[in-house]
Amino acid sequence: MTMKRVVLALTLLAAAGSAAPAVAQEQQEIPPRLKWSFATPFGKYDEAQLQRGFKIYREVCSNCHSLNLLSIGSLADAGGPGFSEAQVAQIASEYKIKDLDDKGQDTERPGRPADHFPAPFPNALAAAAANGVAPPDMSTLAKARGVSRGFPWFVIDLITTYQEAGPDYIAAILKGYEDPPKGFTLPEGGHYNKYFPGHNIAMPPPLQAGQVTFDDGAPTTLEGYSQDVSAFLMWAAEPKLVQRKRIGFQVIIFLIVLSGLLYFTKKKIWSDVH
Amino acid sequence: MSGHSTYAPQNKVLQWFEKRLPIGGLIYSSFVAYPTPRNLNYWWTFGGILSFMLGVQIITGIVLAMHYTPHVDMAFNSVETIMRDVNYGWLLRYVHANGASMFFLAVYIHMFRGMYYGSYKEPREVLWILGVIIYLVMMATGFMGYVLVWGQMSFWAATVITNLFSAIPGIGDTIVTWLWGGYAVGNPTLNRFYSLHYLLPFVIAGVVVLHVWALHVSGQNNPTGIEPKSDKDTVPFTPYATAKDSFAIACFCILYAWFIFYVPNYLGHPDNYIPANPAVTPAEIVPEWYYLPFYAILRSIPNKLLGVIALFSSIGILAFLPWLDTSRVRSARYRPLFKQFFWLFVIAAVGLGYLGSKPPEGIYVILSRVFTLYYFAFFIIILPLLGIFEKTKPLPNSISESVLGARGA
Repeated sequence: MTMKRVVLALTLLAAAGSAAPAVAQEQQEIPPRLKWSFATPFGKYDEAQLQRGFKIYREVCSNCHSLNLLSIGSLADAGGPGFSEAQVAQIASEYKIKDLDDKGQDTERPGRPADHFPAPFPNALAAAAANGVAPPDMSTLAKARGVSRGFPWFVIDLITTYQEAGPDYIAAILKGYEDPPKGFTLPEGGHYNKYFPGHNIAMPPPLQAGQVTFDDGAPTTLEGYSQDVSAFLMWAAEPKLVQRKRIGFQVIIFLIVLSGLLYFTKKKIWSDVH
Repeated sequence: MSGHSTYAPQNKVLQWFEKRLPIGGLIYSSFVAYPTPRNLNYWWTFGGILSFMLGVQIITGIVLAMHYTPHVDMAFNSVETIMRDVNYGWLLRYVHANGASMFFLAVYIHMFRGMYYGSYKEPREVLWILGVIIYLVMMATGFMGYVLVWGQMSFWAATVITNLFSAIPGIGDTIVTWLWGGYAVGNPTLNRFYSLHYLLPFVIAGVVVLHVWALHVSGQNNPTGIEPKSDKDTVPFTPYATAKDSFAIACFCILYAWFIFYVPNYLGHPDNYIPANPAVTPAEIVPEWYYLPFYAILRSIPNKLLGVIALFSSIGILAFLPWLDTSRVRSARYRPLFKQFFWLFVIAAVGLGYLGSKPPEGIYVILSRVFTLYYFAFFIIILPLLGIFEKTKPLPNSISESVLGARGA
């Protein structure tokens, strides 16, 4: 009797399980995992890559996207793109910063390293009016994106220290523009993107091969661009990553030694009890 | 309880002071001479780990509060300023944010341990209830702390959770308006959450003092669940328990450091790096992982009011545990049936946690309902009946017999 009930219950569960995918929302496309120099516990940013990424940001992204939280001077910070103080002063002076003059009147002056990157639009309304949708600020973008990969990945990601879902997603979006499949009606002003949730993205394909030139001979392909700019955005979102991983290794080594010493101390103390 | 030694300072100044305020004796009897059962296993080190975590959270929190700005227009950016411009601000913030998760991880292990070994039973009912109160205040504190970041998930979690109170018939909407300090989650809400988030940890610390006091009145339970009968059954807290706890805390810190330094955002939601925007609802609103089981219980019930009642009952019922469990045997070691039902309970609780992170549809809803049913049945039906029908194994005569006897055999 009870056995029968258990079987019945299990059958019902199985039936419900097989019906579930039809009910569930369409799964979001999982961005492919890319190789990043800053992944894993010993990862570091690749200075040349960040410099290329900054160039792409400056020449392309910054036309629509702000980077409000970063000072221009942070480009010279340790663990970052590795620009020299002189280079940063030069870069800063090429920006025009809105300020007040001595008489309290609006004026524009050349930028200084302490200034933050100026935004392309005066406010969110103006940004939305010019673009349809206000382009998101890029300061924390690489940590604000990522597709959950579900079980068992969330266990594996914890052990392999996978924290690069953001740059993976951004790189995938930049390369994910396609013709819409048959039967997909794209709203006006929209663009079909394989990796964007709902596939209808307001941003037109921003990068084309050969659009930005590099001095270091790195490939000027869409593939290369998307990875370089995603790495730069990861640095923008997590500028202390290199310092964090370096200190982390020291802390963990210290804790392992401490635990070992405490283990033997404990063993010695308890030896007369056991 | 008979102690192993008493406090008798040699120093003249200490003797003078001790006559006027015997705090040295109190510390000595509580943390040095205090007799602890000799057979405690490592599940008993989580009390020490939790005290450590409370200290870490209060210290990092006080420093973070020096740099944080509780205003809707500045809160998100002030957190980012901490991450970018404050010396080691990124470290403080990641220690604090992941510290909350570690605190809850430890408290869940601590609670499961208490359940497994029947630590809530006479004479430790008040000790257990104080623990439930600490857990409740922890939940409120953690929730408000998450809101302070003022990202998208902060804002919408605050909206969803405060809206639960609107389910109360008649006065629900009035209560929610009162909680918000306005007609929507806004600056007054953020300000009062900040104020309370700073206050509540000290309330926790106060209740922890009562919790430890109650513990020192009744003495610790132990894996056998039988009371110590002689000095042979116990060892003094220092150096035995202090050495063992220190080792456990150091090991726990390795896991903690792994999160802080290698996967600091693993337990957070990416949407919380988007500034709060009342005009845009995120695709999914999920609470922090440590609330997910209760979130699953809430969503498994189609009626809002009943769901909210189930949510609060699922926590409140813990306070009645000492009387719901009718068995006179404490430890699951000697309760073969209880042991199985206990592990099923763990599976249901962890399963609810997983389901709380999934969209409320299809198989997820069905499983949530099954687990919710089991969650409540465990307390209301299984525990009362087990005490009557379960045939328990014979108990050892004393703790030392159970330890040394097993060793000799």
